[in-house]
Amino acid sequence: MELILIFISASLINNFVLTYFLGICPFVGVSNKTENALNMGFATTFVMTLTAAATWPIYNYVLVKFNVPFLQYVAFIIIIAALVQFVEMYIRKASPSLYRALGIFLPLITTNCAVLGLALFMVMREYSFLESIVFGFATGVGFTLAIVMMSGIREELEFADIPKHFQGISITLIIAGMMALAFMGFAGLIRG
Amino acid sequence: MANSLGYEFKKGLWQELPPFRLVLGLCPTLAVTNSAVNGLAMGLATIFVLFTSNILISLVRKTISAQVRIPAYVVIIATLVTVADLFLAAVFPDISKSLGPYIPLIVVNCIILGRAEAFAQKNSILPTAADTLGIGIGFIISLTIMGTIREVLGFGSIFGVKLLGEWFEPWIVMILPAGAFLVFGGLVALVNWISSRKAEKAASAAMSR
Repeated sequence: MELILIFISASLINNFVLTYFLGICPFVGVSNKTENALNMGFATTFVMTLTAAATWPIYNYVLVKFNVPFLQYVAFIIIIAALVQFVEMYIRKASPSLYRALGIFLPLITTNCAVLGLALFMVMREYSFLESIVFGFATGVGFTLAIVMMSGIREELEFADIPKHFQGISITLIIAGMMALAFMGFAGLIRG
Repeated sequence: MANSLGYEFKKGLWQELPPFRLVLGLCPTLAVTNSAVNGLAMGLATIFVLFTSNILISLVRKTISAQVRIPAYVVIIATLVTVADLFLAAVFPDISKSLGPYIPLIVVNCIILGRAEAFAQKNSILPTAADTLGIGIGFIISLTIMGTIREVLGFGSIFGVKLLGEWFEPWIVMILPAGAFLVFGGLVALVNWISSRKAEKAASAAMSR
């Protein structure tokens, strides 16, 4: 039950992109085509789940045990960068077709603030190991949902007559604002 | 040296104004600007990390080999962010609490790594200092403007001082995430409009000459 609540909360109610503003760079940068958005979403979900699984034991068994939790930012960013590198190397060897689809997005994920944000929130909320993995996966699903919806709207926008100065980034963010308003409706699903 | 120090400083204030022109560092710009004080505090924390990390990177740029430069820069930045975070928590606990996880997230603020890649690794200390100060001050101004607009519309106050009377019905939406996106989208359009007017004026001035 607890796990289902975490899943719904992280993917819909507290969607990382639309309520915490994490991962805005890929959200704006890669959302012009639905296909790219979907691949970016899958790659991010994969890395997020792995990040949750890797940072939890290191924080709880290494940093806390040796009494150096203030090193967490340095430790987390190194873990994430290394993880992304390994995932990239593994996919390139194991599945070249998947690599062609995801390849260019993988390095971008290192600088996706949603991944580091995930690790920080996980520590702050004191999740257990299982909860962390569900949280990481749900956050990825929420990110995929937001970016795919955005790309669908932007594909339609190509035929729309937008005032000159609002084109590009500006209209994208205003639409994101409206999506955030719509997502606020999910807040009634659970309390807290 | 191609450009003067004054030019390196000034370009950050308009030509390369970080959030609106370079579209970098959006995450803190949108997240912490629900009041003018938070925007200003975030800007100050960022400029500290930006300035010190880029000076350090500029100092060690010849000893770090190209293949490992990104991890090396990230470790430098993460260390300085830890310093800023602990300092804020000790001296201004209230601000530190309201900014929450967004202080550690300065680590992945693309402005800092972006400036390190684009500028500090190719230039000596003085131009780097001018460049980062310009970009940092531009960032502080942008965040404070965003914070002020949202605070006036959402609470009717500036820096916590009540500005509008009882008749004002606050627009709660401006404090919420949706308001951040709307205000930022509007400001980007405004910046586009001003710069296209400037370009038109320059073009017509050149024509008449």
